[in-house]
Amino acid sequence: MEFVKPELEYAELLPLLIVFGGACLGVALEAILPRGTRRLPQVGLALVTVVAALVATVVVGVNLDEHAGAAGGEGRGLVGAMGSIVVDGPTVYLWGLLLVFALGGIALFGEQRLEGGVSAFTGQAAALPGTEGEREASTRGLEHTEVYPLLLFAVFGMLLFPASGDLLTMFVALEVLSLPLYLLCGLARRRRLLSQEAAMKYFLLGAFASGFFLYGAALVYGYAGSVSFAGINEAVRAGSANHGLLLAGIGLLAVGLLFKVGAAPFQAWTPDVYQGAPTAVTAFMAAGTKVAAFGALLRLLYVAFGGERWSWQPMLWVIAIASMLLGAILAIVQNDVKRMLAYSSVAHTGFILVGVLGVQSAGELADGQYTSLEGVLFYLTTYGFAMIGAFAIVTLVRDAGGEATAYDRWAGLGRTSPLVAGAFAFFLLSMAGIPLTAGFIGKWAVFTSALSAGAWPVVLVAIACSILAITFYVRHIRLMFFTEPSQDGAGVVTRSSLLTSGTIVVCLAATLVLGVVPGPVLDLVTGAGDFIR
Amino acid sequence: MLSLLIWLPIAGALAVAFLPRNLSKTVGLGVALATLVVGVVVAASYELDGGRQLTEEHEWIEAFGVHYALGVDGLGLLLVLLTVLLVPLVLGAEWFKADAPGSAGARAFVAWTLALEGLSLAVFCATDVFLFYVVFEATLIPAYFLVGGFGRDGRGAAALKFLMFQLAGGLVLLASVIGLYVVSAQQGEPSYLLSDLEKLDIGTEAGRWLFFGFFIAFAVKAPLFPLHTWLADTTEKATPGTGVLLVCILDKIGTFGMMRFCLGIFPEASQWATPLVITLALISVVYGALVAIGQDDIFRLIGLTSLSHFGLITLGVFTMSSQGGTGAILYMVNHGLGTAALFLVAGYLYDRSGTASIREMRGVEKVAPVLAGLLLVAGLATLGLPGLSPFISEFLVFVAAFDYGWWVGAIAVTAVVLSAIYVLWMYQRTMTGPTPPAIEGTRDLGVRELAAVAPLMVALVFFGFYPAPLLDVSNPMVGDLMQQMGIHDDEPTVVQTEEAH
Repeated sequence: MEFVKPELEYAELLPLLIVFGGACLGVALEAILPRGTRRLPQVGLALVTVVAALVATVVVGVNLDEHAGAAGGEGRGLVGAMGSIVVDGPTVYLWGLLLVFALGGIALFGEQRLEGGVSAFTGQAAALPGTEGEREASTRGLEHTEVYPLLLFAVFGMLLFPASGDLLTMFVALEVLSLPLYLLCGLARRRRLLSQEAAMKYFLLGAFASGFFLYGAALVYGYAGSVSFAGINEAVRAGSANHGLLLAGIGLLAVGLLFKVGAAPFQAWTPDVYQGAPTAVTAFMAAGTKVAAFGALLRLLYVAFGGERWSWQPMLWVIAIASMLLGAILAIVQNDVKRMLAYSSVAHTGFILVGVLGVQSAGELADGQYTSLEGVLFYLTTYGFAMIGAFAIVTLVRDAGGEATAYDRWAGLGRTSPLVAGAFAFFLLSMAGIPLTAGFIGKWAVFTSALSAGAWPVVLVAIACSILAITFYVRHIRLMFFTEPSQDGAGVVTRSSLLTSGTIVVCLAATLVLGVVPGPVLDLVTGAGDFIR
Repeated sequence: MLSLLIWLPIAGALAVAFLPRNLSKTVGLGVALATLVVGVVVAASYELDGGRQLTEEHEWIEAFGVHYALGVDGLGLLLVLLTVLLVPLVLGAEWFKADAPGSAGARAFVAWTLALEGLSLAVFCATDVFLFYVVFEATLIPAYFLVGGFGRDGRGAAALKFLMFQLAGGLVLLASVIGLYVVSAQQGEPSYLLSDLEKLDIGTEAGRWLFFGFFIAFAVKAPLFPLHTWLADTTEKATPGTGVLLVCILDKIGTFGMMRFCLGIFPEASQWATPLVITLALISVVYGALVAIGQDDIFRLIGLTSLSHFGLITLGVFTMSSQGGTGAILYMVNHGLGTAALFLVAGYLYDRSGTASIREMRGVEKVAPVLAGLLLVAGLATLGLPGLSPFISEFLVFVAAFDYGWWVGAIAVTAVVLSAIYVLWMYQRTMTGPTPPAIEGTRDLGVRELAAVAPLMVALVFFGFYPAPLLDVSNPMVGDLMQQMGIHDDEPTVVQTEEAH
């Protein structure tokens, strides 16, 4: 067998390479620098890496037109790295989005003022909770700076996930993005047992889901004789005798991805992990994983299994409805802010799936109407900003025991800190989909594309769930503004450094601007065009 | 011009929010008066018989076919004028109350009020359905904070109930708005402009479904039986000023929307649904009045009388005749004037007696005769006494109702009797009788309080004797609407009848 040297399109893959390089360099820094001096270089390195990758993404995006029509069809872009990575319009848009969210994540990771000079991560993860070792680590002011390289690795996996051109790359990306997140979830400084439990749960269930994905990949390979999406697509359109194999494969692959996006009935990990993980990690994970996993899901369903649309659509109907109902109903009975946001994110997964059901090809639509892909991409944008902003605010509200996430600690917050409570209310309103916030435009976009595809029962359920969802968002606003602070100590807003407050302000501005003048971003999404094969 | 009208109060709200507290009320009142002036200028530059005027149109979200499009017709103009008139009066009437301990402070009250004013004006001026929907929902946020932040204990729960009802109605509307987009996309380029939608050829079945979405949302807003349960709780807990803003301005959006969107975009479905709507309207008329009679809380009573009145307005809208349409438009204006007066005077009463319970009040007449007189006039206006403006609109609606079917008219007319009972009995119990020592020495209305209700009283009497200006503005609009719906009936000779009056 002859080995051929793979050809890599370095210019187009630059964002990926930069992030991967930055992550490796971060690991090297851990080895070289003495413990006390690592933080600044690590934060700086992470920031520089992500910003450089962002610049590279913009350059790639601007030059994407050169590849217009190269692969045939309407999309622009190229299939690179010997067919395993696809750089097209949606990929570049998702890259940009993920890198922006990564910047927010780094800023929240780097926050030190809230904990009185140390980060939100544990001083020494290896020390058992409640032991002498842990106490020593905290008195010596130790901290884990490995979180920054871990974050970069996760970002690398997220970037690769929606860009993958075959099932194996997608699986590798899935693991690369998941493993660092499992670790990060277990590193909380406070409530460490909860945090470790979250990490354990996430890891076990995640590994299980990966197994499903792999099994599905094997079955689909058995059906199509190829792991590349283009090859699978051809095989699906050509049709063959073993249809059962294909259906089972689609189902298993979907389980793996739906687990990552947190759709019901694979949502069980979401509340525990969102609650247990350090809030900075939750913020980054909630936005980043969902964006990346939905990108991957869209590519898999639209590109590889586009010809089997009628097979997977009923499944998604059921899952979308289940996610929305379950998320909205269970969120109502929560009494912890982080869990409430977690369940609301399950409901949002359902809403995004409603968009996935929509009309996908521009040929079936009127002039000036947009495709479901564009609707979903826009929704992901609005969702990510609102989630990061909301979780960033959760890190601010504290009492003696750290972050005060129980509802009764938030009572009366609107009187003591109207600005912070107002910002949180605004994020909640955006998630609820009230006009003049980004969430409304996003909801509108996914609902219209689903309705254009004739999925009116799902849209009706989605509307009903929106009404349910409003209950708990509004109840929380009422709690903050119109309820007396509880007697046994209310949470106080702690002053943060520019890192956290800057993130909040940016998310707030994005949520407002996307709600009032969504035109430019919609144009960008429309300009991203379609997937290529 | 219309943009200025809308953005001035919104900019004023922002200014108030950031200026020092001691300037809030002065600046707020100044902005409200300036908006009133702009409103008057708009009215002056309005031409009767001119269709939709003062239009502005800009692309907003191209991908969705959404425009920032404004314009007023007769209906819009009257409601705009009502809004700009009521807001300064509310600010004047609530001058000191917003500072009361335990409430969220005058600055918040003034800022939210102005924001509500700007958004409501946008609702009445919007000629793009998407823009309408956006501002329609956005009005709820200031309204929520006004109900939740000011008023009596238990207002938090009332505000939540209010918001839940309204948002739920709004989301049902959203489904229909989205459906409209899909229908309009199927027939060419998607557009939300009202002028484009009115030309749209909507299939019978689709049109009926979409109609229901719109109608339910407006029935929650207006409110109509059985979606009215938020109303009395909200008016009870909120301050009288907030009550005016909610019932006299915000709820008008419901009947306004029925007329402009339900009838305008879905003429076929509207006619098809008429029997159901009229039944609901009649139930609201009678049920609202009966329940109002049994109330002990004066603000609940006023809220429920509005349920009865909104039933009559809806009845007028859906009789699909020129009399009914004109009557409904006039009714919206007159109900705004009359109920605002009733709310504000009842608020003064509440300030003095410290209770809103009718049973605990007695003999106020002797210590505060002016207050009692004003309450009587406002009450008589509400029950439709000839010589006060609500009479004319009520009369027109009854005429239309009898034209539609004798039994409809017969049931509707009971409102006259029932309203006489709730108004006069309320007056008798609160104002007459021996004066209890507790309220002896209560002072009568001050100049500021009088100034806040005087314009309403003047308007009630003026339009009672000379309704021509209102009719001149509303008739062409109703004529256009009827023509668009393909209904031909005799041009309302109403104008003559009323002038001969």
